[in-house]
Amino acid sequence: MFKYFEPNKIFSITSKAPKYVLLLFIIILSIGLTEALVLSPEDYKQSHSVRIMYVHVPAAWICLGIFSVVTFLSLIGYVFKIRNFFLISKSLAPSGLVFNIIALVTGSIWGKPTWGTWWAWDARITSMLLLALFYILYLIAWRICNNDEKAFKLTTIITILGIINVPIIKYSVDWWNTLHQPASINILSKSSIHTSMLYPLLIMTAAFALFSLLIFLMKYNTELIKIKNKGLDRL
Amino acid sequence: MINEIILMDGYGLYVWSAFAFTLISFTTLYIVTKIQYIKENKKFIAKFGTLNSESAVIAKSQSINKQILSNNSII
Repeated sequence: MFKYFEPNKIFSITSKAPKYVLLLFIIILSIGLTEALVLSPEDYKQSHSVRIMYVHVPAAWICLGIFSVVTFLSLIGYVFKIRNFFLISKSLAPSGLVFNIIALVTGSIWGKPTWGTWWAWDARITSMLLLALFYILYLIAWRICNNDEKAFKLTTIITILGIINVPIIKYSVDWWNTLHQPASINILSKSSIHTSMLYPLLIMTAAFALFSLLIFLMKYNTELIKIKNKGLDRL
Repeated sequence: MINEIILMDGYGLYVWSAFAFTLISFTTLYIVTKIQYIKENKKFIAKFGTLNSESAVIAKSQSINKQILSNNSII
């Protein structure tokens, strides 16, 4: 099964895909922005500030999703010695960090009109900040390790430690009294969000997912060319 | 209508700054990633040019190398 993850096979797809993904991203983002900024209704309590949700929530979902995928691939890559899984993880992490920063900054902007403060050391916000630090540590580990084996080991340890924080982020609003509101969207039970707000949110989530795919493809190609550059040095 | 979209009952500054920050972050990440890609691609092409004919034949036999050389402007 793992032969399908060989760089030769993947590169033939990743080298052609970015331009199509970019085009699709622009189309979906345009629809999402029109829905989020113009067509969706204002909230009866939060008024127009609720529109910040359309960038804040998808960014938070995607940064959590990317960190979970990075951890899973690092762990499987380390156990089964699949170098390409580390390459995929390394290429995913930069967009994960950027989405984490977007979630923190837009959350802070949302906090000012809603709670009257830009920042609070609340369980959800603090655990999200901690996740950003794990992303930074992960990316630094790749930069400082000259030896591949050492980098694989160190990045796997960082992701395993960081993944402990992911359920804490998810359930922090239930476990502690926080300023942050509880989840409005539940997969297993009925969501408390109206469809007029849910659809723009899902469209923006799709746009953000496409953007992370685009960055991943570009970054993965760059990493493969870097490896090939080293290969040319040996010839 | 336009004023309503821009001002948003006094929340415009917060809403627009959140969206602007997101789009600026996207653009920055895209440009940085693209620059890194172009830099590595140029380095590869330059290195390939310095190979002797025997090494160039070996390098060209690898499918990824051929694809890198033929995909200079993929993004």
